[in-house]
Amino acid sequence: MARPAPLAQRVPRPLRGWVLPLGLLLVWWTAFHFGWSTSPLLVSPTAVWERALRYTASGELREALGASLWRNLAGFAIGATGGLLFGAALGFSRRFERVVGPSFHTLKQISLFAWIPLISVWFGLGDAAKVAFLSLAAFFPVVLNTFEGIRSVPRELIEVARVLRLTRWQVLSRVALPSAAPSIFAGIHLALVYAWLATLGAEYLLVAGKGIGNTLIDGREHLQMDLVIFGVIVVGAVGFTLNWLATQIENRLLAWRGSTVAQF
Amino acid sequence: MEMERSMASNSTGTLEIRHLNKQYEVEGAPLKVLSDIKLRIAPGEFVSIVGSSGCGKSTLLRLIVGLEEDYQGELLLDGQRIAGTSLERGIVFQEHRLFPWLTVEDNIGLGLLNAPLTEGQKRFAVRDHIALVGLRGFEKALPHQLSGGMAQRVAIARALVNRPEILLLDEPFGALDAITRAHLQQELQRIWQAEGITTILVTHDVEEAVFLGDKVVVMAPRPGRIRRVLPVPLAHPRQRASLEFAAIKADVMSEFGSDAATDPAPQPALAAA
Repeated sequence: MARPAPLAQRVPRPLRGWVLPLGLLLVWWTAFHFGWSTSPLLVSPTAVWERALRYTASGELREALGASLWRNLAGFAIGATGGLLFGAALGFSRRFERVVGPSFHTLKQISLFAWIPLISVWFGLGDAAKVAFLSLAAFFPVVLNTFEGIRSVPRELIEVARVLRLTRWQVLSRVALPSAAPSIFAGIHLALVYAWLATLGAEYLLVAGKGIGNTLIDGREHLQMDLVIFGVIVVGAVGFTLNWLATQIENRLLAWRGSTVAQF
Repeated sequence: MEMERSMASNSTGTLEIRHLNKQYEVEGAPLKVLSDIKLRIAPGEFVSIVGSSGCGKSTLLRLIVGLEEDYQGELLLDGQRIAGTSLERGIVFQEHRLFPWLTVEDNIGLGLLNAPLTEGQKRFAVRDHIALVGLRGFEKALPHQLSGGMAQRVAIARALVNRPEILLLDEPFGALDAITRAHLQQELQRIWQAEGITTILVTHDVEEAVFLGDKVVVMAPRPGRIRRVLPVPLAHPRQRASLEFAAIKADVMSEFGSDAATDPAPQPALAAA
C-alpha cells in the first residue's frame, strides 16, 4: 500500500489518451524553440497554428472540408444502402446466393484501387466518379457483414419463432434482423471508416475540384509543410469524430447486448 | 382457428400417442430413435418422462410440439393429428431461448403476436403471466440482466401466455443450480395446479420426475422406447423426505439399474440422437 502509484496511474483516466500526443507536441515545440532544426521540410507548431487560423478564416477550410464530407456521406449512404439490400438478399435467399454469390465473392477480391481506371473512364474525374468510388468502398464491408449476420441467426431462436407461429415476415423483421444487427452495425461502422479513407484516396487519384485531399496536394506542391501538417490533423480529427459517432450510435442501439467487453 | 378452439374448450388437452415410430437417416442408413411409443395423457395430467441421454425423450417432445415432422403412427391432440407447430402447444427448452434484444414483457408478448386478442387483452395477459411466474417488477429487464432461474421463469410465462392446451418442458431446469432447481420445481407445481394444464416434463432427474409427475414414464435407449409407466399416487405437493416418495423414487431408479445391466455398451454415434 505504501508503494507510490505508477506514473501512468497518477494521470486521471479520461486524460491518459492525451499523454502521448501532448508529449509529442512538447518535443516538437522544444525542437524549434531551441533551434535544433532549420530544415524547410519541418515547420514549427506555431507556423501550423497560424496557417490553421488563416486557412479557417479565409473560408478555404470550410470549402475543402465541406466538399470532402459531402462526397463522403453521399458515397457512404449509397454504398451502405446498396450493401444492406444486397447483403440481406444474399443472406435470406439461398437461390440468390447460388446465382450471384460466386461473382460477388470474386469481385470483392479486386483491390478497390484497381477500379479507379474504370471509374475514371465511366464517370470522369469529378464528383460523380469520386462518389462512385466511395460507394464501392462502403458497399463491400456492409454486404459481407449483413450476410454473415443473417446467416448466423441462432437456429434455437428460429425454432422459438416457429413454435410461436410467427409469419415469414415477422421472423425476418423481429428475429433475423435484430439478431443480425450487431454484425450489420459492425459492417456499417467499417463502411464509415473505409469511406473516409477512400475519400482521401479518391481526391488523390482523381485530382479535380476541391477537397481536403486537394488541400494536402496543394501544400505538397508549394512546399507549404504547415498546410500539409494542418491538413493531416484535420483528416485525422474527422476520422476520429466519425468513428466516435458510430460507436456512440452502436452502443445506444445495441444496449441489449449488455457489456460485451471483457475485463482483464 | 386453432386459437378459437383452444379458447372455446379450455378443459381439453388429451394427448394420444399410438404406435409412434421415428427414424433419422444417418450416413445413408436409417437409425431408429423412437420405437412403438404408446401413451395416453388425460386433460390436466402431469406426466414426467425420464431416461438417459439418447433415449429419444427430447425427440418425442419435439414431435409433439411440431418442430419435427415425418413420423409413423399416430400423434393426436384432442383427436386431431399433430402437424407442425400450433399455439395450442407451448414449450420450454433447456436453454431459456429468450430474445436478447427484447425486455421481459416483450419476450412474453411475442407469444401473443398472432393471437386473436385486442392490444389491451394482450397487455393484460402479459401482466397476468409475469405475475404468475413471480417476476413483477422485472417487466422492463433485458435477458442479460436476469439470472438463469429468472430467465427460465420468463420462458415458462412465454409458453403459457397463449393459454395452450398442453405445456411441454424439455429439461427446463437442467442448467440450473440445485437450490434454484428445487425452488423452480415447486413453482412449476404451483403454476400447473393454478392453470390446470396438461403438462409433459422431460428430464433425466428421477427425483424431479417423481416430485412433479402424476405418472412417470421411464424410457430406454437404442431404440428409444417406453420401458415402464409408473403411477405416482401421492397428493400434491409432495414431501421429498417421505417414505412413500423414497419408495417410488427407488422403484424408478431400479429401472435404470436393469437398464445398465442388460443394454449394450453405449455407441457414440447413436448417443447423439
